[in-house]
Amino acid sequence: MEISDVPVQQGTQSRSIAENPCNMCMPMGGIIALKGIEGAMVILHGSQGCSTYMRRHIAEHFDEPVDVGSSSLNEKGTIYGGSDQLKTAIDNIRKAYDPAVIGVLTTCLAETTGEDVHRIVEEYCRERGVSRSMFITAPTPGYGGSHGDGYWYTLRCVVEQLVLPLEQATPHEGVNIIVPITFSPADVREMKRTLSAMDIPYTIFPDISETMDRPYGATYTKMSSGGTPVAVLHNMGGAKATIEFGSPGDERKFPGKYLEEKFGVPYYRIASPIGLVQTDEFFSLLKKITGKSMAHETAAERGRLMDAMIDGHKHAFSGRCTLFGDADLTYALAGFTTEIGMYPRVIASDSRNRHWKEAVSAITADIGEPVTIFSDTDFGTVRRESEIGGSNIAIGHSDGKYLEEHSGIPLVRLGFPIHDRIGGQRICSTLYAGTNRLLDTCVNTLLERKFSTYRKRMYDQYFPQIER
Amino acid sequence: MEDVVLLKGREQFVRQKGERHQTLPISCGAESVAGCVSQRACVYCGARVVLNPVADALHLVHGPIGCASYTWDIRGSLNSGKSLYREGFSTDLREKDIIFGGETKLAAALDELIPKYQPPVVFVYSTCVVGIIGDDLDAVCKAAAEKYGVPVLPVQSSGFVGTKSIGYQTACDVLFKLIEPPTTKLLLRRRPVINYLGDFNLAGEAWIIRSYLKKIGIDVNVVFTGDSRYEEIRRAANAELNIIQCAGSMFYLAQKLEEAYHIPFMQVSFLGVEDTADSLRKIARFTNDPGIIRRTEEVIAAELRRVMPDISGYRTALSGKKAAVYVGGGFKAISLIRQFREIGMEVVMVGTQTGRREDYEIIGDIANDGTIILDDANPAELERFMLTQGADLLVGGVKERPLAYKLGIAFVDHNHDRKHPLAGFEGAVNFAHEVYTTICSPVWNAVKGGVVRGDL
Repeated sequence: MEISDVPVQQGTQSRSIAENPCNMCMPMGGIIALKGIEGAMVILHGSQGCSTYMRRHIAEHFDEPVDVGSSSLNEKGTIYGGSDQLKTAIDNIRKAYDPAVIGVLTTCLAETTGEDVHRIVEEYCRERGVSRSMFITAPTPGYGGSHGDGYWYTLRCVVEQLVLPLEQATPHEGVNIIVPITFSPADVREMKRTLSAMDIPYTIFPDISETMDRPYGATYTKMSSGGTPVAVLHNMGGAKATIEFGSPGDERKFPGKYLEEKFGVPYYRIASPIGLVQTDEFFSLLKKITGKSMAHETAAERGRLMDAMIDGHKHAFSGRCTLFGDADLTYALAGFTTEIGMYPRVIASDSRNRHWKEAVSAITADIGEPVTIFSDTDFGTVRRESEIGGSNIAIGHSDGKYLEEHSGIPLVRLGFPIHDRIGGQRICSTLYAGTNRLLDTCVNTLLERKFSTYRKRMYDQYFPQIER
Repeated sequence: MEDVVLLKGREQFVRQKGERHQTLPISCGAESVAGCVSQRACVYCGARVVLNPVADALHLVHGPIGCASYTWDIRGSLNSGKSLYREGFSTDLREKDIIFGGETKLAAALDELIPKYQPPVVFVYSTCVVGIIGDDLDAVCKAAAEKYGVPVLPVQSSGFVGTKSIGYQTACDVLFKLIEPPTTKLLLRRRPVINYLGDFNLAGEAWIIRSYLKKIGIDVNVVFTGDSRYEEIRRAANAELNIIQCAGSMFYLAQKLEEAYHIPFMQVSFLGVEDTADSLRKIARFTNDPGIIRRTEEVIAAELRRVMPDISGYRTALSGKKAAVYVGGGFKAISLIRQFREIGMEVVMVGTQTGRREDYEIIGDIANDGTIILDDANPAELERFMLTQGADLLVGGVKERPLAYKLGIAFVDHNHDRKHPLAGFEGAVNFAHEVYTTICSPVWNAVKGGVVRGDL
């Protein structure tokens, strides 16, 4: 017997607690960012539990081995400083994995005790005679933001530390494509396929398409192949333009903005290409930058998406959705669901972001129905507002299963983490073909609900009236 | 083993059973070597997993959001009534709170949560950061307890102060504080009453064991902590015996209960047919009641009649296969060695995250020659030893599963988020069935040889 004894309460958003967290912490995002760099290993400077918990979550989502080192800070290291332990950790990681790059992230513990990983790594490089360019350091205190924030911040640190100055870089025709944490390996592959079909040179950063979804092979190597090569990262300052997918936010924090400021690379931050309009926007931007039109096969996929939108339009219009989780994903989904008539009732982002809230409000301003929009939220709030608003479908990561379990709102699993189903790494929801798959899934979820309940609903509604 | 290069500092944590190594003791219980990619978690994790299944308690994590997020309802502990334990509460500390202290926020959180949910007991877990900034958890909890008239117990579980085992101990200390001196006159009872320690009711396992005991004529007073309630825990001293399944987490509480209330304890194991039957007999003998002893034999005989045909079938299919084991606790590892023998398999590698010296001594005794024994292993070691030992299957947790699969090795989940019981007689059948479904899956034949086939 499973009883929901948690009362649903009406109330205000103010809270001193999170009831059922909607997000994770900064280093989690940092790990995934770094796993998209070729030959990279990650070390968390902090106590052992952090890396273990994050490895567990990431392994479960991607179904891939996820090795992350820890400096295993103990009491002594916490009180007297943990630089020796971090250096030992780096030694051991180099010995066991021989990585090309080592990303060093911090945790709440190391940040609070004031561990300066930039300095410790510099010291390490001097002492061991290794190049600083082998390291990426990113302070990612767990209390500094959500996993999405940690992801963007780490990407920013990567470009600041690895992209070479203009005099050493070669200008090229490539386009930098910077993707958010919610791009699955399948999304990245789809992006590569699309760009290749257009014959556009590109740098995808970070590229988890192979590192976090590697094929089964005859032999296993501790380090997986794939990832954005460091040599290519070096040259991002020479690119023709940067397209960064994500929700509007504080631009100073974004890697593409840095490339613009430092190297004059034209910078465009647009919604993830989910939905017809938002994907069109991506292609029109590509055309503006490169002069090239989408490939024939892509145009056919666009046509099929439109066909599917028409096929499913009535069913989609019966949907009223809750979107929750990562700011970048909810922003893109707000556009997609509004476009197909599956209007959002609740849109909830896990991180603090004023720009996001304004942008999402603008997208949903014209639907003529009430929408509740929250940033920096928890599932206590999401659930309450979904019930009040009458959502009948939700889109987001696995922790939304409580909406299903407690409130009977079916969940379309998308984003990170997906830990109660297999195949999180294989979900493709971007560009025309991916959108088509997402659309089918949403419509079929609504149909499943309709077909499984209508006999009883109709009976209850009409039969008692004729019964004597 | 000689060809395997171990990281510096790891040499003492790896042994191979055999003539040369038989007498060498293995190191255990030590801190993990930095950068070795240990599979272990932290003090907070240990405390959280033990206390989490207390079903009607409010579990509040005082710290940044991650710690609560990563432990929110990820385990398969079932409950028969209240399910407040499945909600994840966190004070969600932010930078400002770190600088100015989190006590105010904690007090405000308790002020909001206790009236809203009216829990009979509150556990407040401290995380790494709280240990550093020095929030006075005790004082805040005490004030809230007085204000609302419910026990609000601080769980001092800053992640960095030791290993997961320290967290177990912390949780036991907290539980012990809840336990009141015995009230009932034990002699007046018609049936013996015992406590069941170290079962977290994953997929209803504690219910399975309780049903056996009930048939035999023994009542379970309280399970620590699977499907337990505050009121039950308070009564824990009203038992004449404590049986312990997971020794790693509960041995310490059993000792404390013996010292304080003279309740004897015994280690049992309900993993595998043999261990389950032996444990039931041990408990029956303790009661010294001829009726109970007779009924125990009847229950065992009936269960064996029921499950042995299945088990024998699986044994035929699995005979001669080799298993590797990497689990949390030592006692589970020991049981698994026996359980694999029941289904015709040999264990060639066995390791634990938090095994105790006594556990490793038993493992050393019962393991076959050539078995690799590991404490606090890492992926590189697991990979190497599974391959050199020719393992067909690994038993482990979520983090180990993708590694096994990528190596083309079958895998059985023995972790805490599984959704099927592995304890008792039916658990033994489930286990054998799971081993069979993974080792004998036709998928392995199909993928043999990897991505490229010469004639394609």
